[in-house]
Amino acid sequence: MAEYLQQYLPQSLAYLTAALVHAVLILVVVALGTLIFIWLERKVSGRIQDRLGPTRVGGKFGWLQTLADGLKLITKEDLRPASADSMLFLIAPYVSLCASYVAYIALPFADGWVAIHLNVAVFFIVAVLGLEVFGVMLAGYASGSKWSLFGAMREAAQVVSYEVPLGICVVVPVLIAGTMDLVAIGQMQAGWFFNWFLFHDPFTFIVFWVYFTCATASVNRAPFDLAEAESELVAGFHTEYSGVRWSIFFMAEYSSMVVVSALAAILFFGGWNGPLPITHWLGLADSANPLAHYVANLLGLINFLGKAIAGVTFMMWVRWTLPRLRIDQVMATCLKYCTPIAAFGFAGAVIWTFLFPGGLVIPNKDWVVQEEYQLDEPQAQSAASTSAASTSPLAHADSGLHAEEHHGTD
Amino acid sequence: MSGHEFVDRLKKQFGDAITTVNLEAIDPWIEVKPEGLLALCRYLRDEPDLRFNMLNCISGVDYFEPDEKKAAKAGFEPHIEVVYHLSSIVHKTTLVLKVMLPRWKDDQPGNLPEVPSVSSIWSTADWHERETFDLMGVHFSDHPDLRRILCPEDWVGHALRKDYEMPLEYHGIRGR
Amino acid sequence: MATQTDDPRIIEFDVRTDEMLVNMGPQHPSTHGVLRLVLRTDGEIVSEATPHIGYLHRCAEKIGENLTPRQWIPYTDRMDYLAGMNMNLGWSLAVEKLMNLELPEKARHLRVLIAEMNRIASHLVGMGAYGLDLGTFSPFLYAFREREKILDLFEEVCGARLTYSYITVGGATADLPPGWLQKCEAFLDQLRPVIDEYHALLTTNAIFVRRTAGIGVLSAEKAIDYGCTGPVLRGSGVDYDLRRDGEQRYTEMYDGYAFEVIVERDGHYPKDHDYPPVPKTAVLGDCWHRFYVRMLEVMQAMDLVRQAIDRYSMCSGDWGTPVKLTEKLPKGDAYMETECPRGQMGFYIVSNGGSIPLRARARSSSFCNLSVTYDLCRGCLIADVPAIVGSLDIVMGEIDR
Repeated sequence: MAEYLQQYLPQSLAYLTAALVHAVLILVVVALGTLIFIWLERKVSGRIQDRLGPTRVGGKFGWLQTLADGLKLITKEDLRPASADSMLFLIAPYVSLCASYVAYIALPFADGWVAIHLNVAVFFIVAVLGLEVFGVMLAGYASGSKWSLFGAMREAAQVVSYEVPLGICVVVPVLIAGTMDLVAIGQMQAGWFFNWFLFHDPFTFIVFWVYFTCATASVNRAPFDLAEAESELVAGFHTEYSGVRWSIFFMAEYSSMVVVSALAAILFFGGWNGPLPITHWLGLADSANPLAHYVANLLGLINFLGKAIAGVTFMMWVRWTLPRLRIDQVMATCLKYCTPIAAFGFAGAVIWTFLFPGGLVIPNKDWVVQEEYQLDEPQAQSAASTSAASTSPLAHADSGLHAEEHHGTD
Repeated sequence: MSGHEFVDRLKKQFGDAITTVNLEAIDPWIEVKPEGLLALCRYLRDEPDLRFNMLNCISGVDYFEPDEKKAAKAGFEPHIEVVYHLSSIVHKTTLVLKVMLPRWKDDQPGNLPEVPSVSSIWSTADWHERETFDLMGVHFSDHPDLRRILCPEDWVGHALRKDYEMPLEYHGIRGR
Repeated sequence: MATQTDDPRIIEFDVRTDEMLVNMGPQHPSTHGVLRLVLRTDGEIVSEATPHIGYLHRCAEKIGENLTPRQWIPYTDRMDYLAGMNMNLGWSLAVEKLMNLELPEKARHLRVLIAEMNRIASHLVGMGAYGLDLGTFSPFLYAFREREKILDLFEEVCGARLTYSYITVGGATADLPPGWLQKCEAFLDQLRPVIDEYHALLTTNAIFVRRTAGIGVLSAEKAIDYGCTGPVLRGSGVDYDLRRDGEQRYTEMYDGYAFEVIVERDGHYPKDHDYPPVPKTAVLGDCWHRFYVRMLEVMQAMDLVRQAIDRYSMCSGDWGTPVKLTEKLPKGDAYMETECPRGQMGFYIVSNGGSIPLRARARSSSFCNLSVTYDLCRGCLIADVPAIVGSLDIVMGEIDR
């Protein structure tokens, strides 16, 4: 984008504008996402619990319930306990939010639709998400409340431990792809669903579940929500927070839920590539026409968001079903189960890729971009994808009405 | 074992400690002197064919009529009874012990009557005695932690005494 | 921990830690009302949990000394407000014992029917709230959904949903409305499969078992010593249920009813219901067993209600005439204990011949059950404290009275 703007603006201004546009777009995603996901959580939990959930605000389904709640929270007094460490108490929610917000920067929403195309995107996201714990720890420490301190201590112990298996799990798709570039990883899984890394080999399948468990734990969702365990610690680290600051913690929580789900979608579920190669059937992805490419990306975006939302919904389902673990059991789950299984999966995936470099389903490796692993520039990528697509036997085939129908259900 | 046999056996064992026995009452009861209470209770709990291992309840009853006109017709001398309801889970039997105490020790108002604590025999007596102390004003000697349990610690008076008057104010809260 | 700093070994090998006093309650989500626990913690480990009670104290006993027994019935509702019918029943029986009242057959079955229905309602709340204590929200609402139906039935019977004042001295305030028995049976029919859902969500849930099995083990001796009763006592393996072992006046209410006391004998629970197996990690007397006894008692109560419906509908005649509001009481005292959902609820009435008793005393089961907290919570983790206190299933209204 910056390159495009440079044609009209001075370089520094062009970059600044591009950055601003990206930042605002991501902020919209984060804020809007939080609004939608809190609404979704209430609706999902309501349905799980034989209730209706919100029904009034904003029409039949209570669409605007979260917005109404947000307005209420804004009008609430911003309380600060007398015993709190004032400055840390005030900045803690923003530290949390920033950490999960920054993770979006490297997250591709569709083929090439990414704020900053990092070639170490996986590493970046995992590292940045780990920073969220600082906000929680600061909040717990600075609140001047013993319950908050308990929450912070638990969070610190838990998140730091779960980073280990989480890291190992994330490395497995990276190992198969040979790159940390999320865009490239996504492109490699183009085509049919069996090209997804989830089905690459049995080990990745196992590793995905470990990843999801660890991701749930690292974003503090039940049954690992020890830091805010309301039946034990009142509200844990955010006991003393109210109003906007409290809601910022919520935004951070929900946006990191989305990030880990989206990361799972890219690493294991093909990102924006559907279970069926519809964009190829329609001839959109392979077309040289930028508009067609744009439409393909839009469809991919919907696909990708659908997967992320499914992941988040799954987390909600788990949350409203299971009791909470105890702190020692949380640590035992991590150290006794998650880490060894992840390590086993990692070793297995190494051996598997060594023995069957093409993956589980070899006949369809046409869809796998193999020839260009080291992609440094977007241009090279699109070139690669078009060249791969032009050799594909399915390209441009069957782009009729039949495929259109599939779109609706995609 | 019939009631009379049982009482005879206790009387043989404890002699003077058992003062009155009422086997005709709805719940037959035995009156015990405070001095003999502890030994009797231990005996009742540990004897293999008695095994009153559960203390159901300790209740204080204030026999007192504040209205002087009615007091003449009340039919009792002012006193406080501490009633122990025991039951045996082994033999499925129950027993009532009563201890009669003066309303004030040595007839000096404010001087709580004393009875030995049975919390060393049944742990549940701990809280029950605290409650009786709190509301009825009976001092249980040798109780490990005789504090008020239901009322705040700085509360004055014992609410279940018949002559208790609700304070007009407690920490700025209107009482009456 | 009180370490001695002059001991060089400690300085060298151990980081010096301090104990922290934490106030759990009286405003805390998992203390079931206004219980206050003062925890002495070393990190996550609780070395001491001291319960402080009295935040809901209304001195109901003093009120009882100024009202006639029938007038005090509404106050008994407010003791264990989750099992108001059982409270009414306990006090009514105590007064009837003092007055030596005999009740017609129909009143007996009516009382069994209503009391056991309330037991189901109460155990449902106990179960749901226990799930809440362990951090799962949905079973709570599933439990309340079913309880709501019982409350609807009760509402038809007496007009109230929580504080019923329905069972009263001499019988009940009214007969059951027409068609009520059919509704009640329909409710029981649809409750049966729901119980399996609860078992799936809680009793056999791996996380639930890990959180409760082997936690807060209460030995039978200690349970008796602390006067624990009801499911807490039976969860420790003591075969004692007042409905079978109580006073004659109470047990004859259940004459002819087929039921088995829910307690583990020789490693087995009574086999008259389908039930999930006891997990290997569960120890007799732990939180899991206490919870489980309650779950099985729901089934037992459902059986009893069915029997009561049959018997009640076969009886003709009167459902019992309530005594006059200012009925004179005979001189004397009477103590009566009944098996309430939370344990043995005792009422002691002393009368001097007037219509107003000289003393009305309530021995509450939760009061005694709670007193064991201090012993149970020693050395557990913070997360176990709600698990243990929740498994005792206390109601503060009953403790503080």
